[in-house]
Amino acid sequence: MIVAHRKHIQEMKSQLAEHERILVLGCGTCVTVCLAGGEREVGMIGSALRIAFRKDGEEHEVCELTIERQCENRFIEDALKHIQETDAVLSLACGAGVQTVAERFPTKPVYAGVDTKFIGVLQEQGVWAEKCIACGKCIVDSYGAVCPLTRCSKGQLSGPCGGARNGKCEVSPDIDCGWQLIYDRLKALGELDRLAQPAPLTDWSKSHAGGCRTLVRTDQRIATDRK
Amino acid sequence: MAAFEQGADGVIVAGCLEGGCHFQEGNLRAKQRVATARQVLEEAGIEADRLEMFNLSSAEGNTFAQIVETMTRRLKDLGPSPLRRSDPVEAIRDSRAS
Repeated sequence: MIVAHRKHIQEMKSQLAEHERILVLGCGTCVTVCLAGGEREVGMIGSALRIAFRKDGEEHEVCELTIERQCENRFIEDALKHIQETDAVLSLACGAGVQTVAERFPTKPVYAGVDTKFIGVLQEQGVWAEKCIACGKCIVDSYGAVCPLTRCSKGQLSGPCGGARNGKCEVSPDIDCGWQLIYDRLKALGELDRLAQPAPLTDWSKSHAGGCRTLVRTDQRIATDRK
Repeated sequence: MAAFEQGADGVIVAGCLEGGCHFQEGNLRAKQRVATARQVLEEAGIEADRLEMFNLSSAEGNTFAQIVETMTRRLKDLGPSPLRRSDPVEAIRDSRAS
């Protein structure tokens, strides 16, 4: 899932200060699962904004709504009436959701209420960890299903850097050495010989380094595009 | 949060003793939510100490009274909520007079 973390209430408040009617718009997908921008957080943040505004003697109307997904126009339609009736939207979706809402309403100010962090997993209660940098060409099968580009702080494909101590990365003792994880995993699988194979060069043109990416699937296009 | 919006000076969340929740983990989840609400309140400009969760069983009347006294003392020290629009006692008197 995409992992996000809400911004400070005062940061949101200052973003929205000039708008009288505000919609706090939650997203029912990734940010709900990572407890950053789902229905529960919408209620909490909406309430906190009303308190913060009122404490400073400012009267703003803060409304709340959560839709299934903000990264898809079909679901944004469910918020059409609410968005039209407000002066600004505080989106609690990831960066994709915020931009999709903004593109759908070209003249409506849309603000991000969360910081989008990474593609990751819930590692344990209250801890989320990055697992994928969306490089565009998955190579984990060669590394025991551990991604060296993500899990190694230096993104090394040909082995460890030599800076790790006790299985921890030299960048931070809180980070596992990605190459220790790869070695342990391949050893458990009996596939350590994979490490004898030279790693191919990474095609970074398939990553964000190649520019903003678009995926086109002709099998999924509707008839108007098949003329 | 709604109570604070209405101008409450403080809120006590009373849960069952940890491990004794009828809904198994309900009071532990409530504890996490209260912790989040305290942080959000602080960011919004309301003292986090106006909100507190206590754990006690329904048979502990004396403990409940002590908790209420503790919170009352704390709230007197903190003073009224900055969101309170009128004195609630005066408001009741006014409503009775009219």
